[in-house]
Amino acid sequence: MEKTYYDPADLKKFGKISEWNEALGDKFFDYYGKVFEEGSLTAREKSLIALAVSHTVQCPYCIDAYTGDGLKRGITKEEMMEAVHVAAAIRGGATLVHSVQMMNKYDKLSM
Amino acid sequence: MLSKSLHAKHNELSKTEKQLEILSSGIFKDGTLPTFANKIKAAGQFPLRPKKIEILQLNVGYMCNQVCAHCHVDAGPDRKEIMTVETMQQCLDVIKNTGVHTLDLTGGAPEMNPNFRWFVEEASKLGVQDFIVRSNLTIILANKKYHDLPEFFAKHNIHVISSLPYYKREKTDKQRGDGVFDKSIKALQMLNEVGYGMPNSNLKLDLVYNPSGAFLPTDQKALENDFKKALKEDFNIDFNSLFAITNLPISRFLDYLINSDNYEDYMYALVEAFNPKAVENVMCTNTISVSYDGWLYDCDFNQMLGLKVASAEKHISQFNEESLSNRTILISQHCYGCTAGAGSSCQGTVA
Ligand code: SF4
Ligand code: SF4
Repeated sequence: MEKTYYDPADLKKFGKISEWNEALGDKFFDYYGKVFEEGSLTAREKSLIALAVSHTVQCPYCIDAYTGDGLKRGITKEEMMEAVHVAAAIRGGATLVHSVQMMNKYDKLSM
Repeated sequence: MLSKSLHAKHNELSKTEKQLEILSSGIFKDGTLPTFANKIKAAGQFPLRPKKIEILQLNVGYMCNQVCAHCHVDAGPDRKEIMTVETMQQCLDVIKNTGVHTLDLTGGAPEMNPNFRWFVEEASKLGVQDFIVRSNLTIILANKKYHDLPEFFAKHNIHVISSLPYYKREKTDKQRGDGVFDKSIKALQMLNEVGYGMPNSNLKLDLVYNPSGAFLPTDQKALENDFKKALKEDFNIDFNSLFAITNLPISRFLDYLINSDNYEDYMYALVEAFNPKAVENVMCTNTISVSYDGWLYDCDFNQMLGLKVASAEKHISQFNEESLSNRTILISQHCYGCTAGAGSSCQGTVA
């Protein structure tokens, strides 16, 4: 067996998770499919959101999948990179905004 | 960017046998993926049989002013194969004597055939319903002698179908060559000026979208909307429909897939997206493709793989509608390209 945590070939086996719990697996894929349908947001917008989120959850499978999906939809590399920066900004901001808590605590504990 | 055809570079993939060998070995031989024949057998669609012949697609030559990276014809300025007047005359006879209602001229750049205008004039006298010329757009600007092509097309009510990989410069130029985007935009504006693609005009201008890499096209309608919006806003260009075409793993695109280590993943994606509904309407079921030297093929792709029709008469000079309608269509793994997702043909989605 390969001694690595991630294998690109595993992405293709994603559907197999249903084999060990069909009821929940099917519910998940049903939900997943519905989420990505054209709605108030276009499928294209949803694809970009998915790409950005994949970066924050750091899922290599999703990064591969939504880079490919974006290409299919004609999303440009500039749009993709901007989406990733949005994710990075939120992520960075979310880290930094907690510093307010640190500052509060620091002040409270300090004389 | 490419500058020469595989043929000129003596690349081994310019040999059809080599391409067919690749398509039937490896992952298809060791059972990792099912062959196309087995796939359509399982769907009860084997063998693939033709319906009535409605479309005659003539490849009037492999010469082209462009050398696009994905070209399945391996066309380019260095290709000299050109259909002669004699072969064109044989095609005219067939159109006269059969129920063909669509004539589809392709290449290379069909306009570069020196007999192109003569043929268009003769063929349009025969009154086919839909007379298509696949123009790569840039040819209109390539040389002064082509500048009046929009008027010439309009005069003969030609249905112009043109490739435009994308509505942005970078992707288009990467696939088709530097400067191609700007020239294509100018050519589209010239076509609009004579009435092509305009609302209330009968002159039809359709665009073809090919993915610029190892991925499949998405929904044709969504792409059409994106193209229409962007081309109108940025360049005031109008067109009728957009056809999304899947790149077939042959010739230069196959070479690209292998060299970029994408071949197996691409074939996997095609097989996974197999759609039995698309099989019913693949273009080989109502089309005959004729090569520059008059040989008959099930489609332009089989032509490029050297797979002549499985019929006793294989040449336009011996055209026999009855025996052609009793033939079996020749298939290989490249056919997955026509049957993935919503399907793909020379006129886009089929399912
Ligand atoms: S314009 Fe068409 S025929 Fe010419 S090289 Fe490009 S894809 Fe091939
Ligand atoms: S490549 Fe497409 S059109 Fe040609 S024979 Fe195969 S399925 Fe038919």
